[in-house]
Parts: sequence; structure tokens; C-alpha cells
Amino acid sequence: MIGVELRKLVRRPRTWMSIGLLALLPTIVAMFLAIRDIAPRPGTGPAFLSAVLDNGALFPAAALAIVLPLFLPIAVAVVAGDAVAGDAQDGTLRYLLIRPVGRTRLIVAKMIAVGAYTMLAVVLVAAVAYVVGTQLFGSAPLPSVSGTELSTTSATLRTVLTVLYVGWSMLGVAAVALFLSTLTDSPLAAALGAIALLITSGVLVALEAAAPVQPYLPTRYWLAFVDLFRDPVLTRDLLRGTALQAVYILVFLSAAWANFTTKDITS
Amino acid sequence: MIRTTALTKRYGRVTAVDDLHLHVREGDRFGFLGPNGSGKTTTVRMLLGLVLPTSGSVELFGARFRRDALIEVGALVEGPAFSAHLSGRDNLRLSDAAGPGGARATRRRRVEDVLEQVGLAGVDRRPVKAYSLGMRQRLGLASALLRRPRLLVLDEPTNGLDPQGIREVRDLLLQLNRDGTTVFLSSHLLSEVEALCTRIAVVDRGRLVLQDDLSAFQALTGLVEVRTPFAHRAATLLGERVDDLLPDGLLLVRHSDPAALNAELVRAGIPVTALHAQRRTLEAAVLSATGAGSDRVAAVPAEPAA
Repeated sequence: MIGVELRKLVRRPRTWMSIGLLALLPTIVAMFLAIRDIAPRPGTGPAFLSAVLDNGALFPAAALAIVLPLFLPIAVAVVAGDAVAGDAQDGTLRYLLIRPVGRTRLIVAKMIAVGAYTMLAVVLVAAVAYVVGTQLFGSAPLPSVSGTELSTTSATLRTVLTVLYVGWSMLGVAAVALFLSTLTDSPLAAALGAIALLITSGVLVALEAAAPVQPYLPTRYWLAFVDLFRDPVLTRDLLRGTALQAVYILVFLSAAWANFTTKDITS
Repeated sequence: MIRTTALTKRYGRVTAVDDLHLHVREGDRFGFLGPNGSGKTTTVRMLLGLVLPTSGSVELFGARFRRDALIEVGALVEGPAFSAHLSGRDNLRLSDAAGPGGARATRRRRVEDVLEQVGLAGVDRRPVKAYSLGMRQRLGLASALLRRPRLLVLDEPTNGLDPQGIREVRDLLLQLNRDGTTVFLSSHLLSEVEALCTRIAVVDRGRLVLQDDLSAFQALTGLVEVRTPFAHRAATLLGERVDDLLPDGLLLVRHSDPAALNAELVRAGIPVTALHAQRRTLEAAVLSATGAGSDRVAAVPAEPAA
């Protein structure tokens, strides 16, 4: 069943279209920067972008910072929101279940396929950004955010950890959307529900009065990956973010499983 | 093959299926008839484990319902459904790979076999979204046949087919039934059920109102229908035995032996153009046992002014 879900994912035009668009946005940004040679002033614009002109190897992290606020979570929410509700809407869900495919098997296969899409999207955005960045801006020894110089190995390692951290954060989004996907037969409603949660979280994170709940908001530690490029790495927020997303993933995937295995399939 | 005991499904205050006792025997061609909204689909979904009963139980193949038993069941529920951007063949292959009980090595063969059975052997690589309704229906049937099921559960299987296609599907079902497959056909189309089934159950508003062999529904009424150009002369001759003389000239006669009646009329010099023993029709039995379909919403009569 896992193989079938992965095959469906790979053969779906939407998968490649959305990842293509995700990779295109940072590429457009990079082209403007390269042609006009004007970088945002340090401290403005997406993280790392001000430093990219001097060093293309930093561009994968910058690219993830560009798609992270909106584009990437929307793509993940749409795919995860479609996972169960999409099959319900087009009617294939009932035929899978009477094949028969066990409900637990099916929901686990969906989780794995959604997880694969999420990680694939993050990795490909970073990979395309690496190629674009090093071609347009060249690579030089990477300065850390703290001002010291990073070795190539260290910089590569930090970029890989960035990809993993952003991917992990997006899996939290995917878990919420997948749970909503088991609640409704409308993929649109599931995706919008997850996006609404993220927007609410984003507003509250920026609101001082909401400080008491901020440590529990899903988007609170998204940008903590910037700390990976400090020397030494500032781990506090990174660890909190990792743990918080783990809780979101666990809770919402369990809820998705519990709901899906006990509900009436009337689609 | 199928036995439901006191099967009941409630959605909140609405009772969709109420205390249903169905019994489908091995080798039956079982027709499950009912107006729209009478609980047919909910029942079919409970038979297949998609909807969980509020109370009561379902037995498949003589044992309490288990999901594994569905390997031996092929089903078509509320129309076929496929991934629209893939071809019919690819859909069948994915569907085959998704479930247990089908070896990878023989998958291609199985898919070609069922396509052949439903008349889609020559289908090309177009995606399913380019298929006509009838082609999708055939493909749905093909998917149901992938595991050579002992039991076929079909909900409105001829929906969207032209008369030729309906005939082909009926012949296919008869063929499968002859080879030992039990067929459970749910439909609101009386003619469909009457043409195919050997045993019939009728539901109305979630309750079973009739369940019997088709022959029982078509019992003799004890009347003989007679057509003759001289209906009035015939009526005079037969006197008391005439049950009714319809305006279109059809004469209904209480008589146990059509042959003797014919001989009597001919002896009296009355030519007979048609004569046969009247049977009850399934339609009459169903209509008398069921109310208006639940998709009919009558106006509530206004309270008379005081």
C-alpha cells in the first residue's frame, strides 16, 4: 500500500508542478539580485538574503527563508489536506477500503506519502537554490551570522541541518492538514483549515499580548534555523522548535488515525 | 452468503436502516429494490464494512463480518471512481496492487482478463477523465472482478449504459452467476431487477417490506385476459364469470383453465386474438408495499382557518 501511495504521488502532475513553483520563486529573487546587484540592507528582507551576493552557498538557507512564511506551508497543507479528503471526494477511498485495504494501513501509507512529499519539496528547493546560488554568486568561505568564518564542511552540515529543521517544521503542518483531511470530504476545507491555523499562529506570534501562549504556537520557532549559522550554534530555540513540532506531529497524526479508523465512510 | 440480523443504522435522530433481516443464498441473483433514499446504499455500505452498524450484525460467507472476507467480494458502490489523470489500465493495476491476494507476476494478465470480460480489451492510454460514463461503468465492473469474487455486490451497475451496454452487462452477470458467483444487485429500477434476479427484497424507508423469490411475486391471479373484436358478445356469453371489461376492450375472466375458456369462446363463434393467464406483476407488488420515494417532498397542508 505504501508503494501504491508513493507511486500515485510521483505520477501526479501536481506534485512536480508545486515543487517547480516553490523552486522558481527563490530563483526569480536570485536573478533580480544578480542583475541589479542590490542586496537588501542587513536586517531587512528574508534571512540571509543580504549576505547572498557575497556568497552563493548561503542561498539554500535564504531560499528556504523566502518560501517558509507562506508558499511552502500552503503547498504542504494542500497536499496533506488532499490525502484522505481527495480520495473521499473522487470516490476512490471506498474502493480502496473494500479492496480490502486496512484502515490503519491506508492512513499510515498516506502519512508516509505526505511526509515524502514534504521532505522532497524542502530538499529540492534547497538543491535548486544551491545550484542557482553558486552559479550566480559564486561561492566563498561562509561567514557565520556571528561574524566568524565557517569551514566548507561545517557550512554544508549546517545547510543540511537547516533542510532537516525546516522539513520537520513542515511535517507539523502536514500532520494538522492530514488530520483535518480525515474530518471532511472536501480537500479544500482541510487545506484552508490548516492554513487558517498557521495564519492565526503567525498573528499571535507577532502580538506581544499573546506572549504567554507563544511557546506553544506552531509557527513560533520556524525561523530558528537561522541560529544554525551562529558560531557556536545557538541551540535553545532549535531544540524547543524540534520538540514542539514533535508534539504537534504526534498528537495530530494520532488523532487522524483514531478518527479515520472509526468513522463511517459515506463518500 | 449474506445474512443480516436486525441490522440498524441511525444518524442522529434519523433511522436510515431499521431492523433489516436479509438473507442471500449461495448462487442467488438477489435484487435489492427500493425507492431513492430508502436506505439501500447505507445497507450496501454496511455489508462492505464502510459504515458501521448502530446495532445488529452482518454475516458474510457464513461467518461474522471480517474485513479479510472482502477479498472474495467484488463491489460497485454509488458509481465507479478512479484517478482521473491515469489510464484505465493503470488504475486497475494500482487498484490490484493496493489490495491483498494478487501476485505481482500475474497482475498484467489479471488486468487484461477483466478488461476483456467487460468489453474494454482494446482501450488505449487515454486518461479516465476522457472516458464516457458507460466506459467508466465497465471499468468499475472490471475492477470489481479483479479477484474473481464469489460474491458481487453491485449498486446501480448499468447506470449510464446504453441499451446495448445494459444487455451486455446483464449477459455478463448471468454468465458469472452460472459459473458460481452470487450476485447482489441494488437498484431502484424495477425492470432491471426483474430481468436479472431470482430473488428479491424490497426496502422502504429503511425497513424490509418484501423478501421472496421472483416467482412468488409473479403468481397467477386466477384471471385470464382475453382479447377479441367481439368483447360484448363474449361478455354476454360468459355472464357471471366476467370479472371486468376494460374500456380498451380487454376482457378479464375468472377461469382456472385458459385452454378450456378458449375452446368455449371459439365454439360460440367468437374469434380470440389473444388470451393468457394473468400474473401478478412485480411492479404491482412493489408499489403496493412501498410509499412515495423520499425524494418526493409533498407540501404540508395548511391548517384550516378557524
